[in-house]
Amino acid sequence: MGRNPVTWLGSPAFPDAARRALDDTQLRGNLRKATTTIRGKRESVVSELDDWEELRRAGESIKDDVLTNLDTYLERLEAAVTERGGVVHWARDADEANRIVLDLARQEGADGVVKVKSMATAEIGLNEALADGGVDAIETDLAEVIVQLGNDRPSHILVPAIHRNRAEIKEIFAQMPEPPDSDDPRALAEAARKYLRRKFLSSKVAISGANFGVAETGSIVVVESEGNGRMCLTLPETLITVMGIEKVLPRWQDLEVFLQLLPRSSTAERMNPYTSIWSGVTPGDGPQKFHLVLLDNGRTSTLADEVGRQALRCIRCSACLNVCPVYERTGGQAYGSVYPGPIGAILAPQLAGDLHDEQAASLPYASSLCGACYEVCPVRINIPEVLTHLRAEVVEAKGKRTPEAMAMSAAAWVFGDRRRYEAAQRAGSLTRFLARDGTLSSLPWPGSKWTDTRDAPVVPKESFRSWWRRNRG
Amino acid sequence: MASAREEILGRIRAVDRQATPAVPREYERVRRADDPVGLLAERVADYRATVHRAAARELPYRIAERLDGRGRIAVPPGVPWEWRVPGVSWLPDDPPLGVSDLEAADGVLSGCALAIAETGTIVLDAGHAQGRRVLTLLPDYHLCVVHADQVVVSVPEAVERLDPKGPLTFISGPSATSDIELDRVEGVHGPRTLEVLLVG
Repeated sequence: MGRNPVTWLGSPAFPDAARRALDDTQLRGNLRKATTTIRGKRESVVSELDDWEELRRAGESIKDDVLTNLDTYLERLEAAVTERGGVVHWARDADEANRIVLDLARQEGADGVVKVKSMATAEIGLNEALADGGVDAIETDLAEVIVQLGNDRPSHILVPAIHRNRAEIKEIFAQMPEPPDSDDPRALAEAARKYLRRKFLSSKVAISGANFGVAETGSIVVVESEGNGRMCLTLPETLITVMGIEKVLPRWQDLEVFLQLLPRSSTAERMNPYTSIWSGVTPGDGPQKFHLVLLDNGRTSTLADEVGRQALRCIRCSACLNVCPVYERTGGQAYGSVYPGPIGAILAPQLAGDLHDEQAASLPYASSLCGACYEVCPVRINIPEVLTHLRAEVVEAKGKRTPEAMAMSAAAWVFGDRRRYEAAQRAGSLTRFLARDGTLSSLPWPGSKWTDTRDAPVVPKESFRSWWRRNRG
Repeated sequence: MASAREEILGRIRAVDRQATPAVPREYERVRRADDPVGLLAERVADYRATVHRAAARELPYRIAERLDGRGRIAVPPGVPWEWRVPGVSWLPDDPPLGVSDLEAADGVLSGCALAIAETGTIVLDAGHAQGRRVLTLLPDYHLCVVHADQVVVSVPEAVERLDPKGPLTFISGPSATSDIELDRVEGVHGPRTLEVLLVG
């Protein structure tokens, strides 16, 4: 088994990458503008639903049920898809999934494939594997086109080119046969439409990811905006869908929860422009060959971690990125993975499964633990709890019961419960009275294990979490 | 050596998992609206689609009005004969039109399976008066007829009514992207103009 490509080979550890990113004022400007816009919109569409908290709890609970009975639901999904004329494949890791897809593309005699934006295929480095096998993978989502033509890397789950502004995009698109004549987003979208139209119409094979796969009915769901997804899911003769095993949902009814949670959390819309749902093959309508590749690639080992497994509830909405003060400043590429931001900081190192890898081990530290990510998460992933849990594991992987390890497991205990966390913050603000020069030179035990070797900064009179809420809402 | 399937299922079964409690479905499954059709009209218009209201008896006249001068219009099998008004160059999808014919079409007229007022969404299920998915995808203009009795208020009501066998397409406004500076721009690959005729 090779190295898991979920983190990019050769990426510097987060602190170094972040320092470099912070020097890029253009990047910071682009990110601030984009995340500020989306935060405001999300707030407004979420507040329209009085039952948002109940929907979040249902989403959390359905996903927990999925994780508990994952084997049963996967077998059920396999049976339902097979019954409707699809073929199901299983892939233990990235290499195996890539090989399956490459073989299928070759069987169809395709030297090129069109792709719908998919985190799973980005995670396994499918495009590179296909290219090595002589198959050209063409991304069709506007942001992915920007990343692919710019020889760039993604920096956001939903909007991989969020780090680029319109002027930069116009420059990247200059290499198209019919380049855009201005940097107006409308003109840029029009250029992409023309560029991709022929490719949609001439490709025999399409590759997609899946937002959900319903075990009960074999229905696969792809949520999108531009219509490039519909093109890929409708026009080619063969469709190959790569789906992480945790994307299965037990019942058809469960979609009523996620089709409300996802669009409002991700693009901050009441509903995204297009959602496609299909089950196996429909005679006379769309692809007549359908393959579903079920991907593990570190998910079962993540499932084995009692605290960390909640990261598998993630529906890839990216709301946590948009509210994260660290992400807003460093951008996504500093995380060195297709999964950046708060969710990336807990998902990427777990999928990678190697806490001795310096870069992966640095990710759980890419956070101020302010808790904004937990508040917006539509499936209530307690990201700060998992972050501190992983920090403790990282420290333990270093092999010593250091004071830092003890501090982190204490922190994990505090973050594990919202009341404990808020009580600790209130207690923290009392410690201001003990310090004279802005640092605390000694803390009572167990904090003394920490301050024996260093000064702890004074806890500010207002917690960062409440400052952020007050200022950036 | 175990197959990938057996190995993955084996890894899952090796994990100590505790039974989870029943899913709390305390959210609203059915929502009330004083005027669901009015709400749908408002929400569809929010996506910069055009909405027209029509009484049942004036529907053919309204269709003719919308399609006047639009050129060749594809139409799925099962569309009521009175929708196929004179003066329009109709391209019936029976036998199925080739991709190049559809590419050359100037628009498409269809019905729908249902519509969700709260989110401004029209759902197609490839059933009566809707046809194959590609019909409503390639032409740049889509005129969709929605009857008042097809309108539900909430997403759960829609999911309950739909047949999971599909294929289903949820359409909320014309195609759009938020990929440039996270700002919504209408008009990428799907029909760039969506017009909705609300009947009744």
